[in-house]
Amino acid sequence: MPDLNIRKIVSSCEEIFHEGGPVADTPLQRGSVLAILENPFAGRYEPHIQGFMEDLKPLGLEMAQQLLDMLGGPDRIEGYGKGSLIGQAGELEHGALWHAPGGYAMRQLLGKPNAIVPSCKKVGGVGARLDVPITHINASYVRSHFDSMEVGCNDAPRAAELAFALVMTTGARIHSRSGGLETSDITGKDGLR
Amino acid sequence: MKAKIRKIAVNVEEIHSEIGRLVNPPTRKAVAVAVIENPFAGQYHDDLSELMEIGATLGGLLGAKCVAALGIPPEQAESYGKAAMVGENGELEHAAAILHPKLGAPLREAVEKGAALVPSSKKMGSPGQVLDVPLGHKDAAYVRSHFDSIEVRLNDSPRANEIMVAVAVTDSGRPLPRVGGLTTQDAIGKDGLR
Repeated sequence: MPDLNIRKIVSSCEEIFHEGGPVADTPLQRGSVLAILENPFAGRYEPHIQGFMEDLKPLGLEMAQQLLDMLGGPDRIEGYGKGSLIGQAGELEHGALWHAPGGYAMRQLLGKPNAIVPSCKKVGGVGARLDVPITHINASYVRSHFDSMEVGCNDAPRAAELAFALVMTTGARIHSRSGGLETSDITGKDGLR
Repeated sequence: MKAKIRKIAVNVEEIHSEIGRLVNPPTRKAVAVAVIENPFAGQYHDDLSELMEIGATLGGLLGAKCVAALGIPPEQAESYGKAAMVGENGELEHAAAILHPKLGAPLREAVEKGAALVPSSKKMGSPGQVLDVPLGHKDAAYVRSHFDSIEVRLNDSPRANEIMVAVAVTDSGRPLPRVGGLTTQDAIGKDGLR
């Protein structure tokens, strides 16, 4: 990966068996990969920043592949999300550079699912946590798959760092029963329903 | 008695560089945490053997999860640690019952050998609270490069009637160790200390 100075990669895999209700036959898995790297624009206003998106593409693919390996391959993935934390010497706009390389990497490896990848971003100090939103990969309105996963680590992002996250899940919330659009009713054409 | 597990999480940290210096190969730490029901929540029990048995189960299970997450053969594990955080309807002694009598032996099997004491910490806490798991070299506790810790935190745990039990395993020490003391090369690893 040219031009990227990666300090640390943190991966996390959760298996959820129940949440006070019946134990599920198949536990829900949530996985996240968080890459902590130098922010090349820290400490100054840089008008032209889009070239960095190209540099981030291989990292996006590597992180998405790591998630697939962790969760058992593309056929098991039903939800996804992405997010950015920006250290205090950066600006929110630097976090936005993750949209294309992070989102398209996951969609490429998942066989081009239809739904937009939900996202969030914020400037934060060392130890900041980010709640990464999660929605169904083919139909954003599927209510059972609205979820989130918290990411972060105690020593990042330092002032001149960025922390980029990708998140995937293998199914609905463990005791999903709030109605709305179900996976069985997905048309899956427009990415919404 | 089988542990009633609500959730298991496994985190891996790889450090590729620190303060601008490359760390090659990257240092790697894994922590596996199980969130279980506290069978004694809200009541005083003299006999805590049920929790000791749960400790035995979790020592093996979580140790193996860490080794698998690092993708190493068990003998390549270099340091380990354990910790527990009890939800507010339990007592600190519940954490002690899980951690101390029986968790160590199956953990040592999972990492092959392990002559040294498994360093530990325990506390009461609420959902989202941080638990710092101490780390020490698995065969020689005085190896200075391997004194470390790893943080674990789950936004939804431990609930009042739950206990979070964590086991950490690494395949390396701190990223740029240079404070001297006993090194891995000089460690004998027989008495658990040096």
